[in-house]
Amino acid sequence: MDFDLSEEQRLLKDSVDRLMADRYDFESRRRYAKEPEGWSRELWGAYAELGLLALPFDEAHGGFGGGPVETMTIMEAFGRSLALEPYLATVILGGGLLHHGGREEQKAEYLPQVAAGDLRLAFAHTERQSRYDLFDVAATAQRDGGSFVLDGQKSVVLHGDSADRILVTARVAGSRRDREGIGLFLVDAAAPGLSRRGYPTQDGQRAAEIALDSVRVDAANVIGDPENALPVVERVADIAMAALAAEAIGAMDEMLKLTVDYLKTRRQFGTTIGSFQVLQHRSSEMFIALEQARSMAMFAAMMAQDENVEERRKAIAAAKVQIGRSGRFVGQQAIQLHGGVGMTMEYKVGHLFKRVTMIDTLFGDADHHLSKLAEAGGLMAA
Amino acid sequence: MDLRFTDDELAFRDEVRDFFRSALPDSIRRKMIDGHHPSKEDLVTWTRILNAKGWAVPHWPVEWGGTDWSPVKQYIFREELQKTPAPEPLAFGVNMVGPVIYTFGNEEQKRRFLPRIANLDDWWCQGFSEPGAGSDLASLKTTARRDGDHYIVNGQKTWTTLAQHADWIFCLVRTDSSVKKQEGISFLLVDMKTPGVTVRPIQTIDGDHEVNEVFFDDVRVPAENLVGQENKGWDYAKFLLSNERVGIARIGISKARLRRVRELASLERVGDVPLIEIPRFREKLAAVEVELKALEMTQLRVVAGESRREKGKPDPASSILKIKGSEIQQATTELLMEVVGPFALPYHPEEEGRNEPIDGPDWASTAAPTYFNWRKVSIYGGSNEIQKNIIAKAILGF
Repeated sequence: MDFDLSEEQRLLKDSVDRLMADRYDFESRRRYAKEPEGWSRELWGAYAELGLLALPFDEAHGGFGGGPVETMTIMEAFGRSLALEPYLATVILGGGLLHHGGREEQKAEYLPQVAAGDLRLAFAHTERQSRYDLFDVAATAQRDGGSFVLDGQKSVVLHGDSADRILVTARVAGSRRDREGIGLFLVDAAAPGLSRRGYPTQDGQRAAEIALDSVRVDAANVIGDPENALPVVERVADIAMAALAAEAIGAMDEMLKLTVDYLKTRRQFGTTIGSFQVLQHRSSEMFIALEQARSMAMFAAMMAQDENVEERRKAIAAAKVQIGRSGRFVGQQAIQLHGGVGMTMEYKVGHLFKRVTMIDTLFGDADHHLSKLAEAGGLMAA
Repeated sequence: MDLRFTDDELAFRDEVRDFFRSALPDSIRRKMIDGHHPSKEDLVTWTRILNAKGWAVPHWPVEWGGTDWSPVKQYIFREELQKTPAPEPLAFGVNMVGPVIYTFGNEEQKRRFLPRIANLDDWWCQGFSEPGAGSDLASLKTTARRDGDHYIVNGQKTWTTLAQHADWIFCLVRTDSSVKKQEGISFLLVDMKTPGVTVRPIQTIDGDHEVNEVFFDDVRVPAENLVGQENKGWDYAKFLLSNERVGIARIGISKARLRRVRELASLERVGDVPLIEIPRFREKLAAVEVELKALEMTQLRVVAGESRREKGKPDPASSILKIKGSEIQQATTELLMEVVGPFALPYHPEEEGRNEPIDGPDWASTAAPTYFNWRKVSIYGGSNEIQKNIIAKAILGF
């Protein structure tokens, strides 16, 4: 048992923290959000230079072989600064699907481009009816000779508007809610028949609605078993949830820090409001909620790559429950304790609140995962 | 960072688990599972079994019967003990006065008291709280006036747990009233058989006799029973209370109880369906399990940081352990009440013997008393509100 970062992990953390401190203050973020794609190409280049975009991939593909702990370190820093770049969409989701599900030649072709910062990816999976069920896929992929023809509609594709290539799930066999029969396809964003409509999300990021109208994908761009992609999708979703947990920790940590600073400086009734016990206790409760969530983010990082799929899924569900609940509490109280200032668009705390709120809705909210966990027999066997 | 137990730690876990399973007498195990309090004799028997194995006081220095286990192993040991479930050695001796004596006491006191604490030859109780000194402990009024080679003690202590069994009481007493309240307190050891000591029971809402009032009426205590320096008792008390907080999360006890809840909820039926399959119930149970898992990880973070911390300086994050630990313990007792349902009602006072058959399932009778009794855990050891003050001050800087 060892909670310390290794020497390499510490160096990574220091360099990411330094980069974000130097170049991602709240004013800069406002500027980056106004760029054409809604995030900063310049920072994307800086991430590539630091090796962040190569982190989880094998050395053979230009990567560093980093695991969930390294990812946690980066995501926490991104959460604190509210980074806008498509790291989750490109590296964790798109890159993760290729890394865990792709054939060697697919990895060799695409992962070095991701690592270099030259290729943006997105994961088009959610559909109007699917909510949080990863197996609920209505989009279809018809075999046609050696290739597939995709039809369907994908919703809330994170950073789907700026991606160069899109990983799309579509049903090759079976009916809508079958666990088997789902295929995973790598589709060029410019492919004929693919149309997308990008839009801003509530938390200042970007997403897209993607329509597939007889989009032809040749066999070389099928990722893994065309009739059994769900295990890889679930595996990468778990890794993504562990990463989001860490991002939420960064955001919560920043909210608590801003709140404590505010309580120490804001004066009412002739004194700083931090002298009032009711507000001290509220901030202590925020601290407890944050630390409990931090513990579960660590647990999620530890379990994200666990070989026992059932234990892995339960652990990630448990972490998502804690992150969702703590995030809501810390976020709401951060706004409350700031008073009117917390309600303003020009102040950072509201944006952090919005981000943790949206994180809860990604890959299943607290209630969804609590229900799944309970159904699976809970965390502690009788 | 590797949050898994090492092979060595896993082997250690198996070793202590096997020992607890084989060495704990069945009659005691049964009582623990059913939620009854172990008797004085049970605790003496079990402590001596542990002591014979060299495991009664593993967290003490080796020269006084402790071990050189790492903080992680100490944690594993405690958790396995609680999960068995086996009684924990009497905290007032092994976790409270023992560490004060080996840290601040003189050689004579160490030789005289420590081996008897480890073997439960002496039953200790804690004389801290007074009717007018609860959360504001430093305002205590019990006095000790020096008279030659004795102190004369007068005053009253309260909430004194299991004083009815006690041979000794460690007390905070006022030895100087002319200074700031924290600076006039001393730490004194008093033989309960001394003339002038009176114990009066307090019955708690669960019907049990666990706590007492202890009165001191011109009690003559030899001056050699003063621990450390006169008027430094507040420092020793803070040291003691911070030790108390570390063990207070009681992860293992909550785990054992949640396991019990799950087991009983699969036996109880709602119509034709086991209670455990009712979504609302099982989600409530899973929510507590999530909280407990988070707390376990938090506890391990504190434990892993222990070796790096200045000795005797606890992590203020241990207040989280107290707050969340007590909330979770209480939540487990609520779940047990829910499982038991209408059979929570019949009242079977423990003192009145058990000759009559119990109404309802035999595991049901302790659910309500346990629920009532465990309201105490968010009050004692520094109430949860005091813990929030500690966090606000120590970590947030208010």
